Amino acid sequence: MTARLNGILSTFLTAAVAATLLTAPARAADKELTIYTYESFTSEWGPGPKVKEAFEKTCDCTVNYVSVADGVALLSRLKLEGAESKADIVLGLDTNLVAEARETGLFAASGVDTAATKVPGDFKDDIFVPYDYGHFAVIYDTQTLKNPPKSLKELVEGDPAQKIAIEDPRTSTPGLGLLLWVKSVYGDKAPEAWAKLKNRVLTVTPGWSEAYGLFTKGEAPMVLSYVTSPAYHMVEEKTDRYQAAAFSEGHYIQIEVAGMLKGSHDKDLAQSFLRFMISPAFQDIIPTTNWMMPVTATSTPLPDAFGKLVTPSKTFLMAPEEVARNRKAWVDEWLAAMSLK
Amino acid sequence: MTAERHQIRIDRLLFTREGQDFRFDLALDRPITLIAGASGSGKTTLLQLIAGFEHPCEGRILLDGLDVTRLHPSQRPISLVFQDNNLFAHLDIFTNVALGISPGLSLSALDRERIAGALERTGLGGYEKRMPASLSGGERQRAAFARALVRNRPFLLLDEPFAALDPALRVSMGALLRELQAETGIMIVMVTHLPEEVERLADHVVFIERGQIGFSGPPARAMEADAPPALRAFLGNPDA
Amino acid sequence: MLTARERRRALAGGGLALAGMLLFAALATVALLRTGLAARGDPLFDPYLWRVLRFTVLQAVLSAMLSVLLAIPFARALARQPHFPGRVWLVRLLALPLGLPVITGALGLLEVWGRKGWANSLLHLLGVPEPISIYGLSGILLAHVFFNFPLCARLLLAGLERLPAEYWLLSSNLGFTPWQLFLHVEWPEIRRQVPGMAGLVLMLAATSFTLVLLLGGGPAATTLEVAIYQALRFDFDPPRAVSLALLQIALTGSLLLLLSFLSGREEEGTSLTLSPRRPDGRTAGRRLADGLTLALGTLFILLPLSAILASGLKADLVRLVSEPLFLRALATSLAIALPAGALAVLLAVAITGLRLTLLETSNGRGLTARLARLAPGAASLILLFPPTVLGTGWFLMAGPSRVESVAPFLVVTINGLMAFPFVLRILEPAITSHRLRTARLAASLGITGSNRLRRIDWPGLKRPVWMGLCFGAALSIGDLGAVALFSSDRLITLPWLLYSRMGSYRTEDAAGLALLLALLCLALTLGGTPAGNRKPSHDS
Repeated sequence: MTARLNGILSTFLTAAVAATLLTAPARAADKELTIYTYESFTSEWGPGPKVKEAFEKTCDCTVNYVSVADGVALLSRLKLEGAESKADIVLGLDTNLVAEARETGLFAASGVDTAATKVPGDFKDDIFVPYDYGHFAVIYDTQTLKNPPKSLKELVEGDPAQKIAIEDPRTSTPGLGLLLWVKSVYGDKAPEAWAKLKNRVLTVTPGWSEAYGLFTKGEAPMVLSYVTSPAYHMVEEKTDRYQAAAFSEGHYIQIEVAGMLKGSHDKDLAQSFLRFMISPAFQDIIPTTNWMMPVTATSTPLPDAFGKLVTPSKTFLMAPEEVARNRKAWVDEWLAAMSLK
Repeated sequence: MTAERHQIRIDRLLFTREGQDFRFDLALDRPITLIAGASGSGKTTLLQLIAGFEHPCEGRILLDGLDVTRLHPSQRPISLVFQDNNLFAHLDIFTNVALGISPGLSLSALDRERIAGALERTGLGGYEKRMPASLSGGERQRAAFARALVRNRPFLLLDEPFAALDPALRVSMGALLRELQAETGIMIVMVTHLPEEVERLADHVVFIERGQIGFSGPPARAMEADAPPALRAFLGNPDA
Repeated sequence: MLTARERRRALAGGGLALAGMLLFAALATVALLRTGLAARGDPLFDPYLWRVLRFTVLQAVLSAMLSVLLAIPFARALARQPHFPGRVWLVRLLALPLGLPVITGALGLLEVWGRKGWANSLLHLLGVPEPISIYGLSGILLAHVFFNFPLCARLLLAGLERLPAEYWLLSSNLGFTPWQLFLHVEWPEIRRQVPGMAGLVLMLAATSFTLVLLLGGGPAATTLEVAIYQALRFDFDPPRAVSLALLQIALTGSLLLLLSFLSGREEEGTSLTLSPRRPDGRTAGRRLADGLTLALGTLFILLPLSAILASGLKADLVRLVSEPLFLRALATSLAIALPAGALAVLLAVAITGLRLTLLETSNGRGLTARLARLAPGAASLILLFPPTVLGTGWFLMAGPSRVESVAPFLVVTINGLMAFPFVLRILEPAITSHRLRTARLAASLGITGSNRLRRIDWPGLKRPVWMGLCFGAALSIGDLGAVALFSSDRLITLPWLLYSRMGSYRTEDAAGLALLLALLCLALTLGGTPAGNRKPSHDS
């Protein structure tokens, strides 16, 4: 019996290896560019495939993606690999992770002129190049919520029977975004605000997917997502049922950035990718695949749906260093306020 | 009790399982009846019908004139002994026997005496605290007899009780069974596949062939010319 | 009863399995501690951690108690009614929930019990104005019971069905009431199983992550696993993650030790001849009561599953299954799940062999015997090792250049290790009773070595082995944890694809994939449960 099982086992292991190796890139161009990114970027709906195709046309090289769950996992992976990393480019960190990423000492200055990029909140960095951005927003279901909150204050103080699904700042970037948003608006009064908001919170999910799943299932009429989320529903599902609530205080922003590594085996190629990233060829792809805002002008106007999106009156953005310094204290503060009976 | 004569009446019984019909019509009143027959002939089925584990489609079963056909197994005046697993493995011998008197184990001093007596009678005196796993196969069957003794029911059904024992032990256990019968007047119906057991123990033989009664009578007549050939072959061949 | 050679082989195999598991976990831990990434030096035992510890223990103990307590009447009713139409499907269904990806099960549960769920809609129709909210401890318990109670019921059912068939006949002949039957026959068997079973649920609940956050309603509901994840992923503080993981093992391990004192004595008693016939289940009242119990339990399992079915059917299933990516993910998933199941079976066979051999050598007495009895439980502790910790440690060991080539093996190993404790629960009793039945005879006939494997062990054990393999594979197929760590474009599994669709707004596709995954799990449990109910006995 043991022998037979061993046989079965080795057969399947061989199959497993075959299944994974068969899908390895068939074409081996002279030059290769390895990009570490997050998974929804490379999914067949994401920008990844089109970006690869567009860049390969210009560079006579092969683009390889290695994708992990999200921006946080991206940074962990990089720390795990250290200087041995095969990555040329890391794409998909956000501004809140930038300080920690810089501290690893693994990144090289981009040398890319980012003057053409227009990002609210004036993010500038010599290492990290922004490629898209989106403001956090409360998305609501117009069929079940007739009076959406018009400010963060109204969200905090509104009817506790109208629930919102939010993400956990300990495990997800949107969760951290909301934490910083509340901190930006309420400052030292943030714990009191959370203690009130707590009654409206249906639940705190580990990541964006779960929260958005609860929202589209109808469990909660509101969810913390992005100003751009309604664009997906308008473009892909032809429905304007889900809308973002414009908050009078302003919105916190998430800016996604990429950087090249010191250990890149082809720095010129990596740098040319970063330049490509802020060119129309790349920026045209972003809005309807990553459902975020482009950082430079696109060659064609954005779909109409983007014109209907909320334009935040004010943008909140904390310096990466400030976030890195205070994150633990603020999360603890959040935990204490949210755990009150 | 010894003066009583118990009787079992199986009245035009029909039982169907997976398309096979079993038809039994019998009157038994001898102290020890042995039911024999080939594998799959229906001998255990007959026992299960009497015990109430199977339900006939037609006909009645009367025990001492009482119609038990619709009665639950626990309401029938019957004790049972199987080939194996007659004792609950996690309970000691005393408890296993005591369950025959009271499933709730509420025992009077008299009950305890009776249990001790029954164990003594079956040669298990002093075994009260032993666990079934520490007993030999023959001892376990004797404990099952002890339980039947304290239960004090007029009928004892046995399904190949000695099949797992070696030949010498089979003989002595058979002798014990006969003694117990004589002392209590209990009526015994036992399924067997061993011809020598029929010869040694039976006052009455029932032979079953393909779900029908092929023969029912005293063992002496079983070898006569009008007995079914299969029965004569069975009795004539000790290895059958 | 074993030859010296067989004994040596069993000891070597079991020892190797134990040592391998220990080494696998230890190497990962050491690798993590040697990263040189300094600990932040935050104190380990802050008030936050104490709160987390308290909550972890509270919800895990309650989850285990509820799952087991509910499984007992359900398994009894199911055992008491050995023949009714659809019974075999019900038994198969019991293996299903635990195989589902957590997020799929959770969304199915919410469709039924959520604020806008079926139950609340019904209450609304009945005039209850405000929806009843399950978020909080009640939601976590509901989910843990949904995932674990069916497995408990199935394990208990198997135990009850292993009891000698004569017991039921004798009990009814002796006139036991249902309570007396429970006391004298069923409870001794159930009690024997409870520690192991409750231990499994306890471990699963203690290490629960997504369910706790999703249904907990807020950070007051946080388990150690969340803290470990946070330490490793967000704070990147490996020493803290390792300390927390060890704390988790120590804490839950001591709970398991407490549980093991509940365990009853080992016993034998096996039946070969008769199929279960339950005279006690034949009265009209019993049938009604059992029918009600079974209907309620089945409804509890089936409603969330039908919610998964209903939302899955809205997806464009034809397009989904014809996508090359789906087919690739299916192939990868199977290529991971089946060897993982096989690994779990191998480990379970080896550990059980070790235990039985040690028990036989020591005649069931002394220190050796005590160690032998502890071996399976100790090996099951691997379930407490967070896959994140194992995976990250091995990631470091392999190094960036090799990680892609060894990733499939690591994912298979981690999944196999996590499935092993469950497979052990299925295989251990089967192997033990097989041994009891055949050991003497085989030894007396001089059937040993490969002859014994081929002629006695394999025919007698192929069904439980197959069942263990299928169940182990079903458990692995819905797992995301291990794959997520090594995620690369070459290792796309079905749960990964499901999450990826959810993460890019494709909720419908995700629901469709969830349905397909559930069907796949169901197909695997088909392999684990024979189609025909055991036939009524014939004369011997």
